[in-house]
Amino acid sequence: MSILDCTALELARKIKAGQYTAIEAMEAVFERIGEKEEEYHCYITADKKSALERAAGVQKKIEAGELRGPLAGVPAAVKDNLCTKGMLTSCASKMLWNFVPSYSATAVENLERAGAVMIGKTNMDEFAMGSTTETSCHGVTRNPADPEHVPGGSSGGSAAAVALSECFMALGSDTGGSIRQPASHCGVVGLKPTYGTVSRYGLVAYASSLDQIGTLTKDVADGACLLEAVASYDQKDSTSVPEAARDFSEALREDVTGMRIGIPKDYFGEGLDQDVRCAVLAAAETLKKAGAAVEEFDLGMVQYAVPAYYTIATAEASSNLERFDGIKYGYRAEKVKDLHDMYKRTRSEGFGAEVKRRIMLGSFVLSSGYYDAYYLKALRTKALIKRAFDQAFEKYDLILGPVAPSTAPKLGESLSDPLKMYLGDIYTIAVNLAGLPGISVPCGKDKSGLPIGLQLIGDCFAEKKLIRAAYTYEKRKGLVAP
Amino acid sequence: MANAIDDAAIDYVEILAKLELSEEEREAAKRDMGRMLDYIDQLSELDTSGTEPMSHVLPARNVFREDVVTNGDGRADALSNAPECRGDMFAVPKTFG
Repeated sequence: MSILDCTALELARKIKAGQYTAIEAMEAVFERIGEKEEEYHCYITADKKSALERAAGVQKKIEAGELRGPLAGVPAAVKDNLCTKGMLTSCASKMLWNFVPSYSATAVENLERAGAVMIGKTNMDEFAMGSTTETSCHGVTRNPADPEHVPGGSSGGSAAAVALSECFMALGSDTGGSIRQPASHCGVVGLKPTYGTVSRYGLVAYASSLDQIGTLTKDVADGACLLEAVASYDQKDSTSVPEAARDFSEALREDVTGMRIGIPKDYFGEGLDQDVRCAVLAAAETLKKAGAAVEEFDLGMVQYAVPAYYTIATAEASSNLERFDGIKYGYRAEKVKDLHDMYKRTRSEGFGAEVKRRIMLGSFVLSSGYYDAYYLKALRTKALIKRAFDQAFEKYDLILGPVAPSTAPKLGESLSDPLKMYLGDIYTIAVNLAGLPGISVPCGKDKSGLPIGLQLIGDCFAEKKLIRAAYTYEKRKGLVAP
Repeated sequence: MANAIDDAAIDYVEILAKLELSEEEREAAKRDMGRMLDYIDQLSELDTSGTEPMSHVLPARNVFREDVVTNGDGRADALSNAPECRGDMFAVPKTFG
């Protein structure tokens, strides 16, 4: 077994036992990066020399007994919208082409405190706006299962890097499915916790009321432990929730006896690919055989999630991205006439097409005369969506469904029809609107060998149930004949 | 198309969003925004009377702390990414006559 075949937890155990060092692990990662990166392009920044220095520092602390955690010494990748002190944080945008933060995101600080070693920064859709990682100004990332297909997005670089063993684990962010969907398309585990579980301090904001940091890992146990490491109450994020339980690894038990799981009928209607349907329903059967009570129900409101999301998210984006004005950091247009000309040209030259599209729509729905009809209407819809989930969780512990209606699309097919691309978010988006935790676990492949993900959704702060069911499914899926 | 986005609407959005669009981008924006607004319009089927707009799912509350300085002088850090600065200040193009 090669060192790269280890999960993050296995690797850390072997480093602790002296079988490997953190430096050897990092060297193995860069050897793999050397083999794969040219074709797949998972990273925006990955500097071997500084990564090996960080690994050497961590190895010393492990040997001195200062770092004993379950992830100590493990090389990790970080999405490029998380601020990393002294390391380029570009959000895959020309607008931040040279931005080197003077501080690290709280999640990144927590990651390093746990002894994980940062490899570098992963590719993503520009400012996390997209579902394919094709809107990056640094070029596309390719799907590890088939390089002619996209890896999903927006955390496509993180998902592909985990799938290709170009890292042992990665951080991503999820505003409308940006962790779960690429995890599904790349065949890895993606975990997005309840809003308020991980501090957003240092995460470059897209839609602040929906953004949440989460994990992309080889298996469920790694996801639970990595989330436990990065989650914290943080005074620097006013939406951080002090009372949230964050001891997720405690939930890694193979037991779903008596767990009530609901399958929304409305998630299996028109537009769902047949292979995806079969794989997800087979996964439900596996959980049923493991002792869960599984039944279908009507969730409702499903078709309203995408229009509500694209109103709220673009509105917040138009406000959040006002800060990119060419004054304090990042790109500034040259040879400008005056201040106003500089603002306009900096933003027009610095932002890509999808970002401009969302800023414009967001500005429109917030503008006087349309605010009530669009923005407030979407916020009222959000309340109804939340109520539909509240009612579901009165009856069920978890909701089970697909992550995406199809497997990964081909490169170049999505951006020409934005509305169609947005509809691909139909099963993930409502989870963000309602602030719920969700996990994507690999549950099979389609006819062409592209990975399919199973999505489990929990009530707010019910991560432990989510992790327990996902862990049980992962352990049992190999044991049941398809 | 129910939502005909005309040039005046695009002009207005350009001002709000501080963007300057090329002819090609303008045409694309008219088409894309019109389609998206048509799509968003399906929310009007929903009866939301009596439903309060929900900005945050979890109860948002004010978070107070004592008014004491916890960080040091971050001036150099704050200026380190500026495209242009003079002395201890961000430099910008001329703002008036």
